[in-house]
Amino acid sequence: MSGTIHQFDAIVVGGGGAGLYAALALSQNKVPTAVLSKLYPTRSHTGAAQGGIGAALGNKEEDHAEWHMFDTVKGSDYLADQDAVEIMCQEAVETVYELEHLGLPFNRTPEGKIDQRRFGGHTKEHGKAPVQRACFAADRTGHMILQTLYQQCIKNEVKFFDEFHVIDLIVQDKVCRGVVAYAVQTGELHLFHAKSVLFATGGSGRMFKITSNAHALTGDGMAIALRNGIPLEDMEFFQFHPTGIYKMGILLSEACRGEGGIIRNNNGERFMERYAPTIKDLAPRDIVSRCIYLEVRDGRGIGGKDYVHLDLTHLGKEVIEKKLPDISDFVRTYMGIDPVKDLIPIQPTAHYAMGGIPTNFNSEVVVDENGTALKGFYAAGECACVSVHGANRLGTNSLVDILVFGRRAGLSMANYCKETEFSPLPSNSEEPSRALLNQFKSGSERIAPLRSDLQSFMMDLCGVFRTEKLLKEALTKVKTLKERSTNLTISDKSQVFNSELLDAVELLNLIDLAWVTVESALARTESRGAHYREDYPKRNDAQWLKHTLASLSNDSVKLSYKPVKITKFQPQERKY
Amino acid sequence: MKVELKIQRYNPETDAQPHFENYSVEAEPTDRVLDALLQVKGLLDGSLTLRKSCAHGICGSDGMRINGRNLLACKVLIRNLQQPIVVEPMKGFKIIKDLVVDMEAFFEKYRSVKPYLIQNEAAPQKERPQSPQERERFDDTTKCILCACCTTACPSFWSDPDYVGPAAIVQAHRFIQDSRDQGGEERLDILGDREGVWRCRTIFNCVEACPRDIDVTAAIGEVKRKLLFRKI
Repeated sequence: MSGTIHQFDAIVVGGGGAGLYAALALSQNKVPTAVLSKLYPTRSHTGAAQGGIGAALGNKEEDHAEWHMFDTVKGSDYLADQDAVEIMCQEAVETVYELEHLGLPFNRTPEGKIDQRRFGGHTKEHGKAPVQRACFAADRTGHMILQTLYQQCIKNEVKFFDEFHVIDLIVQDKVCRGVVAYAVQTGELHLFHAKSVLFATGGSGRMFKITSNAHALTGDGMAIALRNGIPLEDMEFFQFHPTGIYKMGILLSEACRGEGGIIRNNNGERFMERYAPTIKDLAPRDIVSRCIYLEVRDGRGIGGKDYVHLDLTHLGKEVIEKKLPDISDFVRTYMGIDPVKDLIPIQPTAHYAMGGIPTNFNSEVVVDENGTALKGFYAAGECACVSVHGANRLGTNSLVDILVFGRRAGLSMANYCKETEFSPLPSNSEEPSRALLNQFKSGSERIAPLRSDLQSFMMDLCGVFRTEKLLKEALTKVKTLKERSTNLTISDKSQVFNSELLDAVELLNLIDLAWVTVESALARTESRGAHYREDYPKRNDAQWLKHTLASLSNDSVKLSYKPVKITKFQPQERKY
Repeated sequence: MKVELKIQRYNPETDAQPHFENYSVEAEPTDRVLDALLQVKGLLDGSLTLRKSCAHGICGSDGMRINGRNLLACKVLIRNLQQPIVVEPMKGFKIIKDLVVDMEAFFEKYRSVKPYLIQNEAAPQKERPQSPQERERFDDTTKCILCACCTTACPSFWSDPDYVGPAAIVQAHRFIQDSRDQGGEERLDILGDREGVWRCRTIFNCVEACPRDIDVTAAIGEVKRKLLFRKI
């Protein structure tokens, strides 16, 4: 492991939507930029997003950015920072047009405009009825975004380091100076000296057993930030998407319900009518997921089991084939049934981390309650917490988030790079990474059993329903796991493409993130958005209208809190 | 159920040649081949090396030869395969290790066809209009996930590694047929060259191999027709 040194003004870690949009903005501003991705960028999980991007274009019916903002704030159970939400909903509109100009093949209306459809929690006039706001390209909108941005990065000759796994961030004297990366194909460590670094490393859904997330989503960027003394914000808020394929967790987009699909229990009842009489199946995800669990608990799961049915049969072959083609393909491939004729078994699946590395609306990482920025360090996308999603993200807003704040990150970094010189690299910057990678030589614990243990107890004890008892049990288990993970071993001793070594690193990342998730959840004695405490079933604004900041030091988790930014919309009871 | 796998192994640091190893794991009939491979890696031999990510046929990481056919390991179920399940890397690229091949040449060809929208006029304030019919003309080829299953199933590519290959042509087609694009002529120049579309002998392996059900040969045929009826 020798330490090759590279120098770029800007380093982007992660080749998904946020990273590529930032890289594109940087390259358009002539900033020397490199993108480091542990996969080929086109393998990134942005490509799995299906349903659409929310933007108030008003192509199908009247709509306003302000309505989008209201829905996002209400959807967040009033925990989102409203200054950031306002920027996001306004810039969503120009961002969608810019993507169209870059070549994104949106579906079209008969007049040739970008087509739009309904999505959960998106309404007109502050909750009166669902609105058609999601701009889409069939049910592969994320794929099209990822392809379009990658294509434009190729056109702009962005430098890519594919299959470079970032292991550490280099920070000294409160200035970020670069990253350390492991070249997967050669097993060498590389130092990337930079003026600015963006983490756009995605989510951490692999800490749960049933998840829609790719194998790669192990929260690497969040965990590296945490180990470098940066607290993580609102980690107790993890979204479970209501419609995952039973047992596999593969996502069936909310677009299914946007196009008119219905969820039914064992009696064939459209039970969401009872829980959300106005918008029914298009209620936000936290609510629908909880309702599915409640139906199952009351014995109305299909055949008494732990799943319910998604019913698309009344939509007709034409709509299903034209507007939901990939989903039909998943259902046929993995379940062997036909969505045109058959009911689809579904259960909630771990889907999205609302929390992450705290940032401000210029995508600068902020490291304390006062919003102090860490110079040269940026984060955007799922790994970041701006916070525009608060306690529960609305469908389509993840794509809005990565695009708006990915682009803002690129522009902020371009400005910063122009007025800043390189700070010198500290000596031996790669030593902590070397130690991390060399620790698996003599242990006795294998990766796979530890990982499946983590995923099982996080699902059972820190999932959709939580209590103090469950969370305390989870805390004991995660601490035991942390202890055992110091004794991890790998059998692959080779230099070339040692994916087992990286599996071990990823597992360590997930364990640290699970730990701060459980501690944050245990402390929050209220129910808000995706964090539902059966022992504290009400939202408690007097005590808990605040963001959690969890830091990890000397093997203990410390919690502090910072206020929520409220501008236009005062908290109200959240009913649909 | 018990699943028997026969996997091609190659570690460049210790092996002169690739060789096969046999493994047996427990899996459900409805599990993916990827799940079985990860069982091998997790429980029997941690050094087994493959690429993977989304695990549902969207990211294009895990293209490989399974019982002689190019497939995504995450998009084929064990119950649909004869045993032992024979797993090999895709053909025609250098093997880096086990099931991982060197994709650099593949992406170089992708880049060579200018796979991006070329538009020289200033953008309007809102969207550039496009009718649903115009959009439909390139819908099929937008589905490509760059997994390389088509290119590495193509006998023309096996015999001529410089052939640009079906995947790159699919990418070019996506833009040539897009009413908003102005780079069609540049791309036709590239694809009309000796390593371009005329190397295609309409063998249809690419169509069979495509995990996204793209009618690859039809797309290549449309590019050929464009070239034939091109104004000189």
